[in-house]
Formats: sequence, C-alpha cells, structure tokens
Amino acid sequence: MKFTKIALAAAFTLAALGSAHAELTIGVVQPLTGPASGLGIPVKNGIMIWPKTIAGETVKLVVLDDATDPTTGVKDAQRLVTEDKVDVVVGSSATPVAIPMADVTAEAGTPQLATSPAGLPPGKDKWFFRLPQSNDVMAFAMVKHMKAQGVKTVGFLGYTDAYGELWLKALTAEGEKNGIKIVGTERFARADTSVTGQVLKLTSANPDAILIVASGSGAGMPQKAVMERGYKGKVYQTHAAATQDLMRTAGKDAEGTFVVSGPATVAEQLPDSHPSKKMAVAFVTNYEKAYGPGSRNQFAGHSADVLTVLEKAVPLALKKAKPGTPEFRSALRDAFETMGRTVISHGVLEWTPQNHWGYTNETGVMLKVVNGAFKVEQ
Amino acid sequence: MDLSITSILTLDGLTNGAIYALLGVGIVLVFTVTRVIFIPQGEFVAYGALTLAIFQTGKVPGTVWLLLILAAVAALMELVTTWRHRGSALPAVMAALRTFVPAAVVCAVSAWAGPRNLALPIQALLTVCIVTAFGPLVYRVAYQSLAGASSLVLLIVSVGVHFAMTGLGLLFFGAEGFRNPPFWDTRFALGPLALSGQTLIIFAASAALIVLLWLFFERSLYGKALRATAVNRLGARLMGISTHAAGQLTFAMAALIGALSGLLIGPTTTVFYDSGFLIGLKGFVAGVIAGLSSYPGALLGALAVGVIESFGSFWASAFKEVIVFTIVLPVLLWRSLRSGHSNEEH
Repeated sequence: MKFTKIALAAAFTLAALGSAHAELTIGVVQPLTGPASGLGIPVKNGIMIWPKTIAGETVKLVVLDDATDPTTGVKDAQRLVTEDKVDVVVGSSATPVAIPMADVTAEAGTPQLATSPAGLPPGKDKWFFRLPQSNDVMAFAMVKHMKAQGVKTVGFLGYTDAYGELWLKALTAEGEKNGIKIVGTERFARADTSVTGQVLKLTSANPDAILIVASGSGAGMPQKAVMERGYKGKVYQTHAAATQDLMRTAGKDAEGTFVVSGPATVAEQLPDSHPSKKMAVAFVTNYEKAYGPGSRNQFAGHSADVLTVLEKAVPLALKKAKPGTPEFRSALRDAFETMGRTVISHGVLEWTPQNHWGYTNETGVMLKVVNGAFKVEQ
Repeated sequence: MDLSITSILTLDGLTNGAIYALLGVGIVLVFTVTRVIFIPQGEFVAYGALTLAIFQTGKVPGTVWLLLILAAVAALMELVTTWRHRGSALPAVMAALRTFVPAAVVCAVSAWAGPRNLALPIQALLTVCIVTAFGPLVYRVAYQSLAGASSLVLLIVSVGVHFAMTGLGLLFFGAEGFRNPPFWDTRFALGPLALSGQTLIIFAASAALIVLLWLFFERSLYGKALRATAVNRLGARLMGISTHAAGQLTFAMAALIGALSGLLIGPTTTVFYDSGFLIGLKGFVAGVIAGLSSYPGALLGALAVGVIESFGSFWASAFKEVIVFTIVLPVLLWRSLRSGHSNEEH
C-alpha cells in the first residue's frame, strides 16, 4: 500500500509540474491532398523540421488535412479551437479554404497565420494574418524595374480570374504614380488553346513592355505566343510564374523575360544589401538539408517564416499569460501587431492594426531568365 | 484590323477549328450510335497529350495502371453477365479474357517502354493504343448495362464519367501542365502568315481522319453496321448486329479521335489535366450546330466555332467564351423553329 501512495504522490507532483509548465499548442490545417496539395505538403514538411521548443515552451503540433475542401477546412478549424484549444492556427495554403476558416478562428478568438494570400472584407481580419506577399508589394518592385528600363507603355495579358484582376489593379495604381500607361488589356484562361488574337491586338498597340499574368505552367503558352509573334519589347511575368515550370513549358522563348519574385527561393543570389538575405539562406540550407538539393519552394519558405514570427511574438505574449488560455491567445494576437519590423525569408514584415498583409516595399526581387535559369537583377 | 491580322486570325481559328471538328465528329458519332451525349470526349484529349508528356519524361504514365484496373473491372463484369446468361463457366472465362487480354498487352508493352526513352513516334503510337483501349472499357463499365435507358440517364452517367476521369487525371498527371515537343519543328513564311509545321500536321491529320471515317462508314461492313444501329437499334439487332459490340466499337473510335486530337494539340499549347473539358465542350457546340446528326455539319460548325473564337479573342478577349457558347442559342432557336418537335425522343 505504501508503494501505491508514493506512486500516487509522484503522479500528482508530476501532473502539477506539467500544468505549471504548459505547452504551446499549434494547430496546422493544410491541403495535404487535393488540387492544392502541391502547396500544402511543402508547408507541412517545413513545419516538421521546426525545433521542439519555441521561446522555452514545448511545442505540441496538431496537423490536419483539409483536402483542399473549404468544408473540411472549417471542420478542422472547429476541432482545433474547441477540442485541442490551440494557441494559434497555421493555414491554409489554399485561399478558398483559408477564407471560411477565418470565421471560426475569429469567433473563438484564436490568431490565424494564413499561408495563402486570402483577401477578407475590411474589419474581418482582426485575428487573421497573412504570410504571402500582396500583389501591391510585387507590383512596386516590378514598376520600379520598368521605370529603370525606360518603359513608358505596358500591354497587359492576364488571367480572367481574381489573380489577373488584382494584378491589373496593382499595376494601374503603381503605374500611374510612375508615369507608366497601360495601353492594352487582354484576357485569357489557363486552359485556352491559343492566345493569338490577344497577342495580335496587344502587339499592334506596340507597347514598350508586355506583362503576362499567369501561374505555374500556365505562363508558358502566352509567353511562347508573344515571342512567336516576333515581339521585340520586354516581357514581364509575375511571382506566380517564378518557377521552373516557366522554362519547362516555354523553353528558349522564356530567355530574357523579367520575373518578379519573393527573395526566399533565390537566396544565394540575393545582393548582400537585401535585408532578407540571411534569413533566406538559412531557410534554404535547413530545408534542403532535410529534403534534398533543389527541394526549396515558396510555400516551404512560409513555414520557416511562421517559425520566425512565432519566435518573436511568443515571448511577448508569455509576459502576459500562460499558453492554453484565452488571455494568451489574445496577447499573441496583439504581439503580432506590436512586434514591429520583422525580417523573414520572404521579405520584411511589418504587421500593424490596420494592415495584416504587412510586407514592406523592400520585399520584391526582379529576376531575369538567362540560359534557362533565374538570375537576380542587381 | 487589316488583311494581315485577318488572315492570321483566320488561320489560328481554322487550326483550332480542325481540332474541334474531330471532337465534334466524335460526339456526333457516339450520340447517333448509342444516344450518349459524350461529355468526357475532351478528357481523352488531355489523357492523350499528357500520357505522351509523361512518356517524354521517361516514366510510365499512370494511365497505364488505370487501364489495367479498368480492364480487370470490365472483365469481371463480362464474366458475371456471360456466366448468368449462358449458365456455364467456359464461355464466361473466354469472354472475360477477350476483354482483359488486349488491354493487358498494351499495359505490358507500355510498362516496358516507359523508362527506355524510345523515339517520339513510337511513344505517340503507344499513347494512341493506351487511350484508345480506354474507349470500349469505359463503355463496358459505365454505359453498357444502361444501353436501353433514356438519353437523360445516359447524360447523367456522362457527367459522372467526366468527373471521375478529370479527378483521376489530376491524380496521375499532377496539377501542372505539359507542353509536348512538336512533331515537325519548322516554320514557313507565307506573306504575313507564319505557318508552323505543327499547323500543317493538324490540317493534314484532321482531313485524313475525316476521309478515313467517311470511307469506314460507306465502304466497310462494320461501318455499315454502326450506321444501321444509329438508324434503328431494334432493327439492327434483328439483323444480327450486336448493339453492345457497336457501342464498344463506337467508343473505341471516339477515344481514338480524342487521343489523336491530344497528340495534335499537345505541341501547340500547355495541356493541363482539366484542359480537355473546355476543348471537348467546343466540339460539343460544333456537334449541336450539326443537330448531333450530320458529320459535314459538325465539320463546318467546328471551323465556325474556331474562327469566331479567334476573332472574339481579338475584339473582346474577356468575353471570348461567352461569345463562343452563346452561338448555341440562335442555332438551337433556328433548329427548333425549322423542324418543329420532330427531334423529341420517341
């Protein structure tokens, strides 16, 4: 009997110790299956190589798959905030999933770090912070480069969807400030078999440059169409096209194209003056050590950035409350807004109460396709 | 808008129109023989282009394994129905083997050829074999037991098959698109026009295929059997024509047309796992213009769709698809005014 008593006492002591030293619970909702799984899997991989503790607190991860389905994403978010009582939700990388999740996290008062550029109506994003760059920041870098190259007129050839529309808006706004005029706006869809008509119309207006707004391998077909028409001006592509797929689908027609990109994936080539150089190199080295050379990508970078952000914000929140409590979650949210300028692998972040996109204009990097590879424009 | 722009746009429209014409003919063919509105026609285009693309990367395309599974399912269905029908095991096993063996041979050859990086024409031939083999199996698994059902039921099945094939396409080919190498990499200057070798191949192949189809239907016994089934199913059965065999042959031809279209279009654009749907839908518009009954009508309709699409993308690119799909409305109106209610189902 004596042994039982001792054992019980020991158990209680341990339990008491355990509760005094609460762990930091992080809920992760990512598309590990479905159409956006190409984005979600790298994020999960990146999170798997996080250290075991953040700011001295043991990290407990709860990783759920949203299957690129908004309904599943909402269910996952509900489970995380009610059953697991997580301190912060990371996800989703699929924009249509991240948006409805925002309602759940806001109601539960849990901060959400989205790894997708999800737009929310004003006032709805109190608990919602984004890690990808907004198009405005990218357009700033691109227009700066255009101005330096002496471009005065631009032809716009973009997707008919929200991505094309947002870029058109961003380019028009930035262009106006810098005296660059959009002389033609043509649209196409990813699955179109030809853009000959659009390209003919654009080239007949003879702009100094053509901006193609397309994503991944969808950027190859319009790129080829513009080159095959014998266009001699400059061709620009957006950060959604800043992958090897551009060279794979457009071949030698991609040569000389200017592509705007975040700094993370071109870490080694960044000029030493770029603020993100150190963080980007650290991310690439860590990630490729775990998953092999050439495995880096934009979304894996976001998971490294979530860690950087948490390592800065959690100590601030810990001063006010213990993890696992509503007070801690609220303090963590406040910390995101008040922690100030944070250098991450994807640029320089500065979240404020008014702006939860928060990248500064130092972020965008211009690349040029030279011999089938991206080279940073100095 | 001057002569050179007009001619470039017309050429572009006719090139795409030639592809739509093939698909339109396929859709008319399937509808007349089996009364199935074949929405997945476009999926065969994507499967064709992407299967070749995966061969090009030196891997075995996932469609090979899908084909093997589908053949096994079809063979099992064949085994059960024949056994029930004939009451003995031997003919049932024979029927199952007849379904399974051709597909299995294609799979075995593909699995062998995949990592060997053979010449482009051989890979193209294998691709055509793989995708064509899908046709009769899809008919066997999805449509054959419903052959007597109403057009509406068959249409709903088509929608199901379309979603299944698109989803499997995503699984096997991934979310990113591929562009195949051209079969003939050359360019001719013809005034303001720049003709590429691939454009000429598209025109030549489309014309050849349409002539072959015409010969098949006019001159061969199988073609005449298909035409008989199209005119009157019951009558054809009384004359000893198997409607099931006719259905499988039709679907094989539809899949063959799809695979060839995929090979033709692969080098001119980036093809994604879901690209086929929109291409097939434009073929369907061409078929509707032809009243789903006339092959020359489908050909003309397809060329018209291609040219309208091309000029539409020049004048109002944001509304291109709206323009293309809206032309179905006046055509349907005109058809219904002209023919009264004779097209209702009997």
